[in-house]
Amino acid sequence: MLSYAIFIFAVGGVYALLSLSLNLVWGGVGMVNLGLAGFFAVGAYASAMATKFGGVPVPLGLLLALAAGAIVGLVVTFSTLRLRDDYLAIVTLGFAEVVRLVASNEIWLTNGTDGIPGIPRPFPSPSPVVYNSYYLIFVTVIVIAVFLMLRRLDRSPYGRALRAIREDQTVAAVAGKPVTRFKAEAFAIAAAIAALAGALYGHLTFFVAPDLFQPLITIYIFLAVTVGGTGRPAGAVCGAYALIVFLEATRFFAEWIPGISPLQAAAAREAAVGLALILLLRFRPNGLLPELRSTAPRF
Amino acid sequence: MFTALLQALLNGLVSGTILAVPAIGFTAMFALLRYGNFAVGALATIGAYGGYVANVFWGWPALASLAAAFAIAGLAGLAMDRLALKPLKASGALVVAIASLAAGLVLENIVRWFFSNELRAYDLPILRDFRFGDLRMGPQQLQNFGLALAIMAAIWLFLSFTRLGRAMRAVADNPELAMLKGIEPERVAIIATVVGSGLVGVGGMLLGLDTSIDPLTGNRVLLSVFAAAVLGGLGSAPGAVLGALLIGVAEELTVLFAAPAYRSAVGFLVILIVLTIRPAGLFGERS
Repeated sequence: MLSYAIFIFAVGGVYALLSLSLNLVWGGVGMVNLGLAGFFAVGAYASAMATKFGGVPVPLGLLLALAAGAIVGLVVTFSTLRLRDDYLAIVTLGFAEVVRLVASNEIWLTNGTDGIPGIPRPFPSPSPVVYNSYYLIFVTVIVIAVFLMLRRLDRSPYGRALRAIREDQTVAAVAGKPVTRFKAEAFAIAAAIAALAGALYGHLTFFVAPDLFQPLITIYIFLAVTVGGTGRPAGAVCGAYALIVFLEATRFFAEWIPGISPLQAAAAREAAVGLALILLLRFRPNGLLPELRSTAPRF
Repeated sequence: MFTALLQALLNGLVSGTILAVPAIGFTAMFALLRYGNFAVGALATIGAYGGYVANVFWGWPALASLAAAFAIAGLAGLAMDRLALKPLKASGALVVAIASLAAGLVLENIVRWFFSNELRAYDLPILRDFRFGDLRMGPQQLQNFGLALAIMAAIWLFLSFTRLGRAMRAVADNPELAMLKGIEPERVAIIATVVGSGLVGVGGMLLGLDTSIDPLTGNRVLLSVFAAAVLGGLGSAPGAVLGALLIGVAEELTVLFAAPAYRSAVGFLVILIVLTIRPAGLFGERS
C-alpha cells in the first residue's frame, strides 16, 4: 500500500510536468494543445529507445527527450502559427493520433503494440519500495526545477509579452512583439516539458506502449490545469496532484458501486472526468489558484 | 496493377461520398456556430448506435434506421450545445472546443456503459458483390453510396430553395447583416446544431453499415472528417464534399502502398500540407 502510494505520487509528478506544459501554452499564450498525449509519447519513446537500444545513460535520454519534444513541437505548430487558433487545435489532435499510429505500426522501431519492456533505470533498485521512493524524490526535484523556471519566465518581461499575445495578438504585434516567434518558442518549450514528462514516466514504469498515450490523458491534464487555475504555474502543479487524488478516489469509489461491471465502472469514471471539466469551465473557470493580475501603474 | 488502381479509385470515390456526410455536418456547425465541435467522433458513434438500436432491437429497415441515427445524434448534439457549450461562448471558441472534447468523452462513455466495447453488426441481408469486368463492388457499398448522394442532394435543395436554408447561408456569410434582415440567429443556431450533429450521426451509421461498430467507431474517422473539412475550406459545404472525395481516394490509394493502418495518417498529412500552402482550403474564404 505504501509502495502504491509512493508510485502514485511519482505519477502525480509526471502529471504536474504535463500540467506545467499545458499551462505555459494554454494559460500563458492562449494557444491550445489537444495533442499533449502525443508529445508525452514522443518523449517516452525517445528516452526509452535511446537508453535501451542506444545504451546511453538515463540523464542523456531525458535530454534527448527534451530535444525531441521541442523539435516535434516546432514542426507541429509551423503550419498554423499565423492562422486562427482553431487550426492548431485540429492539428495537435491529429498529431497525437498519428504518433499512436506510428508507434503501433513501425514494429522494427517501437516493437508495435507490444511496447518496449525493460527500460533501464537511472539508479539501482534494491526493492520496488526503495526504487519508487528514490524515483519520487527524483521526479519531485525535477518538478520543482521546472516549476521555478516557469515561474521565473511567467514573471519576466518575456512572460508578460506572452500574456499580451494571449489577450490580444494584434495589440502585441503593434507594440513591436514578434508574435509568431514568441508563440513558436513557447509551444516548443511546452512540448519539450511534456516530452520530459513522458521520458520520466517510462523510467518509472520500465515500459512504454502506444496504449499508454490515449487522448484521454490530454483531457486529464486540461482538467488538472483548470482545477488549479490557468495562467499560474503553482495552480498547474496543485491541480495535477488534486487530479491524481481525484482519479484514485474515483477508482476506489467505482469499485464499491454494486451491480456494475468493471468496464462500466471505467466508463463512469471517464464520463466523470469529462463532466467535471465541463462544470469547472462553466462555474469555476479560474480554479483554486487564479492568476495574479497586476494592475497597470497609474500616471 | 492497373486494375488494383482502378479498384482503389472506385473504393475511394464510394468511401469519400460517405465521408462527405459527416464532413458537411462538421463544417456547417463550424460556419454557423463559430466553433470547432470536437465531439463529432462521439456524435458519429451515437448515431451509429441509435441506428443499431432501431435496426436490431426494433427491426427497422436500413432507411428508417438512418432516420433514427439522424434524430438521436441531432438531439444529443442539441443537448450538448445547450447544456455544455453555449454557456461557455463568452469564454471564447477555444474553451468551447475543449468543452466539446470533454462532452464527446461523456457521450462515448454513455455508449460504452450500455453497449460495452464489443463489436456489433447491423442486421442486414448478405449479398453477393457486383462485378464490372475485373472491378467489384459490394451491394451494401453501392447502397450506402446512393444514400449518401441522396442525403447530399437533400441538403443542397434545403440550402438552395427553402427560406430557412437560405437564412442559414446568410448567417454563415455575414451574421450581422443577416440579423439586420430579421433572421433570428438563435433559431438558426438550433437548426444548425440539430442538422449538423444529425448528419454526423448518419455518417457514423453509414460508415458502420458494411463493417461493424464499437464505441470508438466515430473517433476512427475523426481525422478524415477534419481533413475533408479543412481541405475544402472550413465552413464551406461544397468544399467539404470535394474534400471528402479527395481524402477518400487518397486514403484508398495509400492502402496500395503502405500499411492499411496508415489510412488515417493521410488526413493528418493533408491537413498539414493544406494549412502550409493554402490555409483557406479549396473553397474557403476565411482563414
